[in-house]
Amino acid sequence: MGKKILMKGNEAIGEAAVRAGCLNYFAYPITPQSEVAEYLSRRIPEAGGVFLQAESEVAVSYMIFGAAGAGARVFTTSSSPGISLMSEGLSYITAAQCPAVFVNIMRGGPGLGGILPSQGDYFQATKGGGHGDYRLLVMAPASVQEAVEMVMIAFPLAEKYRNPVMILGDGLIGQMMEPVEFPDHLRTDPTDKNDWATTGMEFRKSDKPNIVKSLFLDPNALNENNLILKAKYDRMKAEDIHYESYNMEADYKVLIVSYGTMSRVCRTAVDNLKVNGFEVGLLRPKTLFPFPEKKIRDAAAKDSCQVVISIELSMGQMVEDVERCVQGRRPVKWYGECGGNIPTPETVMDVVTSLVGK
Amino acid sequence: MQTEIMFAGFGGQGILMSGKILAHVAMEQGYEVVWIPSYGPEMRGGTAYCMVVISNKPIGSPIIKNPSHLVAMNQPSLEKFAPHVKSSGVVLINSSLISIGANRKDIDEMMIPVTDIAVKTGNVRSANIVALGAFVARSRLLDFNMLRRCVQEEFKNKRAFLPINQAALEAGKKAVTEIPYVLNKQKISALT
Repeated sequence: MGKKILMKGNEAIGEAAVRAGCLNYFAYPITPQSEVAEYLSRRIPEAGGVFLQAESEVAVSYMIFGAAGAGARVFTTSSSPGISLMSEGLSYITAAQCPAVFVNIMRGGPGLGGILPSQGDYFQATKGGGHGDYRLLVMAPASVQEAVEMVMIAFPLAEKYRNPVMILGDGLIGQMMEPVEFPDHLRTDPTDKNDWATTGMEFRKSDKPNIVKSLFLDPNALNENNLILKAKYDRMKAEDIHYESYNMEADYKVLIVSYGTMSRVCRTAVDNLKVNGFEVGLLRPKTLFPFPEKKIRDAAAKDSCQVVISIELSMGQMVEDVERCVQGRRPVKWYGECGGNIPTPETVMDVVTSLVGK
Repeated sequence: MQTEIMFAGFGGQGILMSGKILAHVAMEQGYEVVWIPSYGPEMRGGTAYCMVVISNKPIGSPIIKNPSHLVAMNQPSLEKFAPHVKSSGVVLINSSLISIGANRKDIDEMMIPVTDIAVKTGNVRSANIVALGAFVARSRLLDFNMLRRCVQEEFKNKRAFLPINQAALEAGKKAVTEIPYVLNKQKISALT
């Protein structure tokens, strides 16, 4: 760890990627994350890498596909409407089992929506976005420091699974400044990709041509490819579920499930309510896929817990996963705003206390 | 212990930079800090504000309903945000551009013509630094010497503008010592 630096989330994400050993960045600017491209347009060439502003987000996703298929570490950043345009490519990249990192600094939607923070892309990130049976490993940072760490581990995780990883942050994660330390011990060397990537025959000690593709016209071959993908998603569920528990040792009456910036507001609400003798537990998923299913199921089943609430900057997306995990053992409620305003701790306190009355 | 400071004014007045320098000072003194800009579809001349949250423990909500202190560089900002400032907070009013007060008796209001002082010091664009110097001198939230260092750091790549901003910082500090404590003399407790 080095010295603490005061940095904007977007710039810190760019720096983290460079320090993670990623020297290929293709992007198309969009608020509220354009500072990543602004920062990297200077920083990546300086580090000996490639910065390329594409003609559109659709083009970006296929540039990523090409670079990842050729075995390079590569990433992009965008915001909600831009990620929609990249979704076709994401489906292809996932089908062809190429590792890459996508960062979505979410803004309000649907449509052009607004440019203020939102978590309205939960479904898009965790359930698809593009077509077909594919999943992304999705991580949701709640601070600039955590965004840095997640970006740095995203590259080895993408390579471990040969699958795209998405960092899903709301606009505030990109826009706010916090002190950060770059954990250089998280830097990893790229894995050997010679057995599958189109790295060039002259460097490989094999005569086998590698083919990176997503087209499988033979039904058995396509089914086989989908089984391979499914096995990877099952492995993610077994090995890479991450979450943070807050005040969960208390006999909480209400369990909040919340992620990203919204979870920080909830944390302050939990602290304030505790002073008043009202115990609330907070479970913050750090990975949205795979989702901390068992942890939520067990936490909801605690004797003291009367009700579970999903608080999110969307009109009720993660709540469906929470309901799935709680399996009817407790009532599951939702609260959220989705215009760009972030509820204050006071609002969260009112919402939470109204759930159980006096 | 947590303190929140809001800087507000026109876009182009250096609002975001003042907040950033203050956040930097707090970080150098070992505090946890968050700096949040107002970002929206604005342009030069539109409204701009930023919030700096300083704490001695990890900061939960970066979203603040009632800031502890306010630095208002124009009248719309004062009108909009002064009612939300916590009791006994410092409210710095740029009296060069604002003809009214905060109309509250429970705050430490100081009217300082920061824009005029900046012009007298040599450059109207350093009004934000005059205000920053005055705010830190009055609130005593953070160490003034550290502030001097952070201003120096901020302008390390714009050396030509450093002397004028250093002068602006000192002028802001001096202005505080010259004005009477007009309203109540609430002692603003430093962060502990």
